[in-house]
Amino acid sequence: MGHAATEAAFAAALLDPALPPPAGLTTARGAPDAKRFAVYRNNVVVGLRTALATRFRVVERLVGEEFFALMARAYIAGTTPTSPLLFAYGDDLPDFIEGFAPAASVPYLADVARIEAAVTRAYHSKDSEPLGIAQLAALPPETLGDVRLAPHPAATLVRSRFPVGSIWQAHQHEAVAPVSAPGGEAVLVVRPGLEVGVHILPSRDAVFAGALLEGAALGDAAAQALAADESFDFGAALVGLAGLGAFAGTVTIDKGDKDDGHG
Amino acid sequence: MPYEPLHASRLPPRAGVGFKSEHYADIMETAPDIGFFEVHAENYMGEGGMPHRMLAELSARYALSLHGVGLSIGATRPLDKAHLARLRRLIDRYKPQSFSEHLAWSTHDTGFLNDLLPLPYTPETLARVADHVDEVQQATGRQLLLENPSTYVLFEESSIDEIEFLDAVAERTGCGLLLDVNNVMVSAVNHGLDPLAYIDRFPVARVGEIHLAGYDETVDGAGDRLLIDAHGSRVREDVFALYRHTVGRCGPVATLIEWDNDVPGFAVLYDEARRADDVLAEEAARHPLPRRA
Ligand SMILES: [Fe+2]
Repeated sequence: MGHAATEAAFAAALLDPALPPPAGLTTARGAPDAKRFAVYRNNVVVGLRTALATRFRVVERLVGEEFFALMARAYIAGTTPTSPLLFAYGDDLPDFIEGFAPAASVPYLADVARIEAAVTRAYHSKDSEPLGIAQLAALPPETLGDVRLAPHPAATLVRSRFPVGSIWQAHQHEAVAPVSAPGGEAVLVVRPGLEVGVHILPSRDAVFAGALLEGAALGDAAAQALAADESFDFGAALVGLAGLGAFAGTVTIDKGDKDDGHG
Repeated sequence: MPYEPLHASRLPPRAGVGFKSEHYADIMETAPDIGFFEVHAENYMGEGGMPHRMLAELSARYALSLHGVGLSIGATRPLDKAHLARLRRLIDRYKPQSFSEHLAWSTHDTGFLNDLLPLPYTPETLARVADHVDEVQQATGRQLLLENPSTYVLFEESSIDEIEFLDAVAERTGCGLLLDVNNVMVSAVNHGLDPLAYIDRFPVARVGEIHLAGYDETVDGAGDRLLIDAHGSRVREDVFALYRHTVGRCGPVATLIEWDNDVPGFAVLYDEARRADDVLAEEAARHPLPRRA
């Protein structure tokens, strides 16, 4: 048997505990030993589960170690890492959780996982100076509505029907205070410098923040925000988001309908 | 009479420890006298942020060993070119004094399996591993230290002894070897070999770094002792004794304390490093003339 076949059989048996250990393995005694092969199986599953538990600490606290292990096992069975960069493993765990029926009784779990996934992404993201308030103030007022702000590379907005920012925050400490926040929350994860920040946005800013981070021009985003909540305050929201580090330091002004020189 | 090393490691002949981000503040504050720090390359392959800041500060103050765990040199599939490019970038940026990887595989068509998996030792795998090591050294522009594995199973098809295999790869590629003394103990016990004999047969002239770690112990299906390479405790006494013997053969070689699970406070790692440093210093004192250029 060539190495390709040996390796393929080894890999298949590693991931499927229903399979017997691959043929061709032996011991110094001259007979194969299933318990020895099981060490590798265990290493793979425990290693990947530990990587997930390290990244999704609050999710694990919310459901308990035992349930988390079960859920991780189901996720691992369908999703082996695509690269050796394990800090990126679990990027799609939130989506998996959303479809994981046994977790349905914890409906906010997937959105908490989205915050945690975003925190790791922000931690490793590209360094970039965020858009400063002075840069904002220097924008010509007559074209302000056409301005598009580039999202900061670390920024992620998680909008949830549940108070997931408050839940996440309550689980950052040993003792968990009861979460009394009613209704949904929009949570902005940023890293303007070296520290990752997790911020619960004022609820009337959520639509605006969402539209801007998806690339809408300031005017369109403001119109959407006002339609959703007439108490929306454009200046306060914009300065607030920029101050948190939501935007990168580049600004494009979309003059498309004024002088159509750029096609 | 021990051999003189052909490839003197550029790490100082001192003890080092694995760097853990939870120890960063402590290290910056207390500036401990440590020979070097070793990092897992893959943890620093993000684009920016704190990991790179820490590595920059660390490499400005200490010798650095870059230890890869994701290259899958022993796999049948071609090496991941993107991963090689990432390694090259790290090496160019932080200029580590040492770069090492494992005689193992971890990536298959199914993805990255996150474990250092064993391979049979045959002419076929020897040729492939040598090709891969060559490719890594070409791509990164520097010598690789290849680490002996800890293993739990043997392959019926293996026809080459592990030490001969490692020595042949080094002979063909010019790579150095990383001698993990804990791995020697684990594999020797697991396969009924004499660990002292393994060290005595090892081509110590090629050794650029030594690893020490703690193992766990269980039994296999037949009730035989089975050691697990766990990296979650102090170095066991039998491994430490084997280490003394190893240093007696190799001379003072940079020695890493590996501790990756249930990582204790920095003081415990420092304490382990001091133990190894003492052995290295004793060995250096026994040879008043410098053993290497
Ligand atoms: Fe090692």
